[in-house]
Amino acid sequence: MKELVIEAERKNLPKVQAFIDEQLEAVGCPVRTQTAIDIAVEELFVNIASYAYLPEIGIAVVQVTVHEEPLSVEITFIDHGKQYDPLAMEDPDTTLSVKERKKGGLGIFMVKKSMDNVTYEYKDGKNILTITKKLN
Amino acid sequence: MGLFSKKNSDTNPSANPTTSSSLKIKVTNDGAAYTFLLDGRLDTLTSPGLEGKVGEVIDDAGKLIFDLEKLDYISSAGLRVLLGAAQAMDGKGEMVVRNLSQDVRDIFDLTGFSLMFNIE
Repeated sequence: MKELVIEAERKNLPKVQAFIDEQLEAVGCPVRTQTAIDIAVEELFVNIASYAYLPEIGIAVVQVTVHEEPLSVEITFIDHGKQYDPLAMEDPDTTLSVKERKKGGLGIFMVKKSMDNVTYEYKDGKNILTITKKLN
Repeated sequence: MGLFSKKNSDTNPSANPTTSSSLKIKVTNDGAAYTFLLDGRLDTLTSPGLEGKVGEVIDDAGKLIFDLEKLDYISSAGLRVLLGAAQAMDGKGEMVVRNLSQDVRDIFDLTGFSLMFNIE
């Protein structure tokens, strides 16, 4: 398991994505899968940076574990900010017209749709969100 | 509609000095038709810059064209800017999105944006 501990600020997004990409490239992750994972990582890290510690700045921990058979990656985001389950958010209605469409909830919806598994738990004062994606 | 203000209070677009996150935006116009050629990544850090540039022309625009041929990454932050632009144009003009790469097309399909937008 590899771990990155970083201040949860939007400007640190490239560093978080570079850390993830390094692990993915080391195991030969296909480019398309890597892009999907990068987007999920952005949505989840930016959520923490935007809301978890508002108005303070806190720490985010990002852990990456690669599993064999099937080859997959598990990425966990941990913060000790406000308790918040992003999975409880209602999915946006993707059939609405431009006029009716709301801007909220898109990011976490993309994570749910593009990853193989997404779990959330609140434990010991920490928000723990884990995504899993097969590398094929 | 006031969806775009000239100043963006969301975040500071210039606070982005580092590494891989970059977007080049080329704006051209033919009368009231404005084309935005996007090159790079439309993410949390680069979206405010695009939002600002759209905001500068939205009052004068009768048509907005987003050319995504060179865009290889879009997150929800980018989608929200495009949706905001479309909503600002709704009832006063048209908006077109063209030349989607496969990666961006995947995201549009996933989020229903393929159905919602006029795509060329």
